[in-house]
Formats: sequence, C-alpha cells, structure tokens
Amino acid sequence: MEHLLDFLSLSDPNVRYVVIGSILLAASSAIVGTFTLLKKKALVGDAVAHSVLPGVCLAFLLSGVKNPLYLIIGAFATGWLSLVLIDYITHKSKIKEDTAIGLILSVFFGIGILMLTVIQKSGNAAQSGLDHFLFGQAASLIGKDLIVFSSIAVILIAAIWLFFKEFALIAFDENFAHSIGFPVRALELVLTTLTVLAVVAGIQAIGVVLMAAMLITPAAAARFWTDKLKVMIWLAAGLGAFSGLVGAYISYVAPAMPTGPWIVMVISIIAVLSFFLAPRKGILFRFFTQRKFQNQMLEENILKLFYQLGETEGSYYQSRSMAEIIARRPFQIARLKKGLKNLYKQGFLKTSAKGWAYTRAGKRKGQRITKLHRLWELYLTEYLRIAPDHVHEDAETIEHIITPELERRLEEKLRFPTLDPHQSEIPYRKL
Amino acid sequence: MDAFWIILAGSLVAIPCGLLGCYLILRKMAMIGDAISHAVLPGIVIAFFVSGSREPVSMLLGAGILGILTTFLIEFFHTKARLQTDAAIGVTFTWLFALGVILISVFAGQVDLDQDCVLYGEIAYVPIDLWITDSGRIMGPRVIYIMGMVFLVVLCFILIGYKELFLTTFDPAFASATGISVALWHYLLMGAVSFTTVGAFESVGAILVVAFLIVPPATAYLLTEDFKKMMLITALLGLVISFCGYYLAVWLDGSIAGAMSVVAGLIFGVVFLLHVVGSRLPAAGRA
Repeated sequence: MEHLLDFLSLSDPNVRYVVIGSILLAASSAIVGTFTLLKKKALVGDAVAHSVLPGVCLAFLLSGVKNPLYLIIGAFATGWLSLVLIDYITHKSKIKEDTAIGLILSVFFGIGILMLTVIQKSGNAAQSGLDHFLFGQAASLIGKDLIVFSSIAVILIAAIWLFFKEFALIAFDENFAHSIGFPVRALELVLTTLTVLAVVAGIQAIGVVLMAAMLITPAAAARFWTDKLKVMIWLAAGLGAFSGLVGAYISYVAPAMPTGPWIVMVISIIAVLSFFLAPRKGILFRFFTQRKFQNQMLEENILKLFYQLGETEGSYYQSRSMAEIIARRPFQIARLKKGLKNLYKQGFLKTSAKGWAYTRAGKRKGQRITKLHRLWELYLTEYLRIAPDHVHEDAETIEHIITPELERRLEEKLRFPTLDPHQSEIPYRKL
Repeated sequence: MDAFWIILAGSLVAIPCGLLGCYLILRKMAMIGDAISHAVLPGIVIAFFVSGSREPVSMLLGAGILGILTTFLIEFFHTKARLQTDAAIGVTFTWLFALGVILISVFAGQVDLDQDCVLYGEIAYVPIDLWITDSGRIMGPRVIYIMGMVFLVVLCFILIGYKELFLTTFDPAFASATGISVALWHYLLMGAVSFTTVGAFESVGAILVVAFLIVPPATAYLLTEDFKKMMLITALLGLVISFCGYYLAVWLDGSIAGAMSVVAGLIFGVVFLLHVVGSRLPAAGRA
C-alpha cells in the first residue's frame, strides 16, 4: 500500500517520467490504433513495428550518438519504407498481402538484428541501451525523451482531432468517400504516417516486438463495448492509459519486471475479458441468448406437437406419455424432459400419472404456433410460388420469429384462409 | 569445421521451414506462421523450467501444445467472439509472447535463457554445444541431432500426407467431399509448424524463423507455378541462404541468423525485380 501511495504521488522525478511517458505513449497509440483496427490493418502495425529497428540502428551508425530525435527520424524512414514496399509487392505480383507483410517484417527485422549485433561488437560505448528498443525499457525514459515523445503524442491527437470526420469515413466506407470527392489516397497516407509515428513513439517503452499490441489490443477491447466511434476512441485511450499505469507500477515495485510486456499483459487480459463479458457482443452474452432461443424453439415445438396430436385424435386436453411424443417427433430425451419441465413451470402444461397435458394457456399457445406455421406455408406457395412440398422447412424456423403484427399482416394478405397447402385446417382462436 | 556445422544447422532449419512455408503462403496463413513462432515462447520457457535443462523432448512438447493452443485461440476469438481475423491473430500472439518474456524475467537466474536468444538465437554456438554421451564419447553438435530429427519428421509428414495437404490447400471443398478432414490436416500442419519453430528456436531464434518460413517460398512462388518445383526451389534456396548468410555474418562480424535473413531478403528482391521487369517486357512486345 505504501508502495502504491509513493508511486501515485509521483514525488520521485524518475517515476514521474516513466509514468507520464507510459500513459502518454499507450493512450496515443491506442487512439491511432482504433483506425488501424477498423481499417483491418492490424498486422500492418506489426510489420511497421518490426521494421523500425534497422532505421534506429542506421541512425545510430550514421550519427554515432543516441539522440532520440535522430533515432526517431531513422525509425520513421524505415517504418514508412516497409509500408510502401508491402504495398508495392502486393500490387506488382501475385503475392498476397499477408505473405508480403510477413516477408517485409522478417527481412527488415533481420537487417535490424544484423546491424545491432555489428554495432554491439564495434565497441562504441554510446551503444549501450540501444537494445532496449527490442523489448522496451520504460524505466530508462528520461526528461529529454519525454519531451520528444509527448510532442509526438500531441501531434497524433491533434491530427486525429482535425481529420476525425475524414478518417471515420475512410475507415467505414472508402468507396463512398471516394465518390464524394474525398482525397482518399492522401488521407490514407496521413493515417499511415500517423501509425508509423505512433509506433516510433512507442518502441522506447514497449519494444518493437510487442508494439503491435499497443496499437490494436486496446481498440479491439473497446470495440466490444460500443458501436460509437467517438466512445470507442476514448475507451481505447483510457484502457491503454490504464495498462500503461499498471505496467509502470509493476516494474516500479519489482524492478526486474519488464515494463513493456507487463503493459501488453494487462491490456491483453482486459481485451480477453471484454471478448467474454461485454454485453451484446461478448461470447457469454451470445451463448446465453442462443441457448435461450434454442429453449424457446424447443418449448414451442413441444406445444405444437401436443396440438397436432390433439388434432388427429380430436381431444386436445388428453395426457400424453413421453413415448407417445417421441413416436411422433424424435426429440432427444434429455432435451424433451427439460422442455416439458420448463413448460410445466410456465403453466403451459400440467402433469399427472399418465403423462403431460395441455393447460388452457398451453393449448392457446400451441394453436398459435401451428397457425403461424400453416399461414407461412400458404404464404410461400401463394406469393412466392414455391411447391407445397418445399415449404415445411422454412415454416419450421419462421414460426418462432413471427410477431403478432406480422401475424395480422399475413392473415389480411391471405384473406383469413382456412386451409394450408397440405389441406390441414388453419386454427383461429374462437372469439 | 565450425563453418560446416553452422551452415549445416542453418540448412536443417531453412529446409523444413521453407517446405512448410510453401503450404502456409498458399493457404494465406503466412501471418499465422508468424503468430505461432512468437507464441510458442511461454511453452518453451515453462518446459525449460519444469525439466531444468534444454532437454529437447519436453521443449518440443511444450511448444507444440502452445502452437496448437495459439491456432485454437485465434480460431476461437474469430468464430465465437466474431473478432476480425487480423485482430484475432495480433491480440493472441502478442499476449502469449508478452507472457513468455515475463516468465523469462520471473525465472531469471533459474533458467539459462535470455531475451536476446529468443530474438536471434545462438547459431554461432552450435559447434561448441556438443552432445556427449554418459560414457564420455563426443557425438558432435547437439543442435544438429535435434534439427536432423525435426527435418526427418517434417519430411516424413509431407511425404506421407502429400496428397491430403495438397488437396486441403488447393481445393478444401473437394477434399472434404472425398472424405479428407480439412480441420484435422489444418491442425496437423499447425502442429508441424510449431514443432519446427521450437527446433529452430535455439539456433535462429523464435522470430527469425519467420524469415525462413515465408521468404524462400515467396521467392519460389514467383519463379514457378508448379507446386513440386516450388518446394524444390525453396529447399535449394534454403541451402544457398545458409551458405551465403554465414559468410556475410563472418565478414561483418554480426548475428548469423540476422545475416541469413538479409540474404533471403536480397534474393527475394532480385527475383522480384526480375519478375516485375519480365512481366512488363512481353506486354510491351504485344503492344
């Protein structure tokens, strides 16, 4: 607890640099990453991240000093070049984009590693710390770096704010943007440049290998909670900033722990939790809605079956055993038991020693489902001219979906018919 | 003699990687190969920690499991959470890779693994790292045996499953119509990729494996339309890359694995330029 207070008070200037740096970098790359993700260019971010390494090494080789500005210019140059090359390779040959990305990524990274090892063996004392670009070393951020990085963060945020409408349009509907005369190519170039800038700013803290995560993971997490672009951007930035803070805190408490991987760890856990728990889009929500609907279908099918059995025998309220039900329609026994139990709880069926029987409400509901099924079959044959022996399957699914309003429309359109295409009676509720 | 062992080790990494890469790039799964090569890291670290040594069987097992898990997770996020494929790949492998790097820091001092060797391996140590039997006989470099085994397994896998792999790659619908399980061969291929990645991990590092997986097949893909020829060219390129890469590294005094991927990139660059020029010439002739 003491650690946490110490940490949050930011009284130590070194801690201050690291915390502010991590938060700024994580938040600004998350903002740019939102567009990267929406444009389905997540892996391009990965390629840029790996490709900045030779640029950093080259800048160092040429200048001989570890000036953050030179290194950033170098990184920017090769990061940009890699994107141009990926584009060129995919356009000029049959090589697919994913192959081109992997190819450029690994070759540029190989060049970077070769240069890095050559520099390390050259005996230049200033080179120590250059390898921090590989995995990131937020703890080594100093005041000078912070100024450079926060100016980049400000540029990124200002550019996104300025071109918000344009970027939103090319992210969602590029063709439309093109047709109303937007300079799509130029805008894409700006967006690409911003992506490269975000990567270049982030590598010092996160490292080239994991930088892609800082771009896309916060955005991927935010995507699950909202459909509004503005909310998504703020959320992604917030999640990014939070993971930056936690990552910096962990490496403050345990200095042996690498900051970058911990930031990625935190944001990834947030993302995976979002995939599972988010309302409407999450895996669990989807699973439960699906199950609810399956149960509803099962129950309605059972009620419909009771109606059909009653129809053939002329007695709707008779008790029926499970064997009798399965003889007519092969339900799975476990599912059938569950469905019958649920229907009993809802008051549609009652139970006795001889089996299960309709209540009044149950008969009313079974009758309605049967009616909908037959109305739909008739609609398909009358209006879509589908052969009567082809309409059953379709009606079997739609009968669970039709609303009372649609039901009324169908009745009116078909002028309250009495027989379906298979000459079964369409049952109306007696008024 | 050192040069011979290193070039041999490089070739033994490059050839199986390239052969599997041919399938990957044709299945548009190049980036899944990239993802697996990153994501096996935690498996390697855990296996390393549990067995306490670089005992190859547990490492291959650990990484093999992680490789399959990666493919499964990507598939799961994509189908169940409807996350777009590129994001599913990106999120999954960075997460697992971060886990691996954190585990290395946690076990630091207990295991002889460092972050750099993850990135570009230690192929230069191949000739020193000898396999010495209990009776004290020197059997030659250990990595050669490991990679030799990986090479043979991958070769057998491709020879035995050639027809199935070929069909599921080029015509999955026809393959499943004739009773070949597309999913099974997908996972077998992914298993083989993870298996090779781990074998190669010690010599070229987890990330540069990608260069061997993608660059030679992509080069061969530009040169021929015949799949068998493509595999043959890929294998030959593997040899050339290992040979030239080694001497480039010696000349510059840098990372051998890095130099090998530079050579691979150079060869691709030349072939690509010829391809672009060549595809322009006949067009000009016709006009």
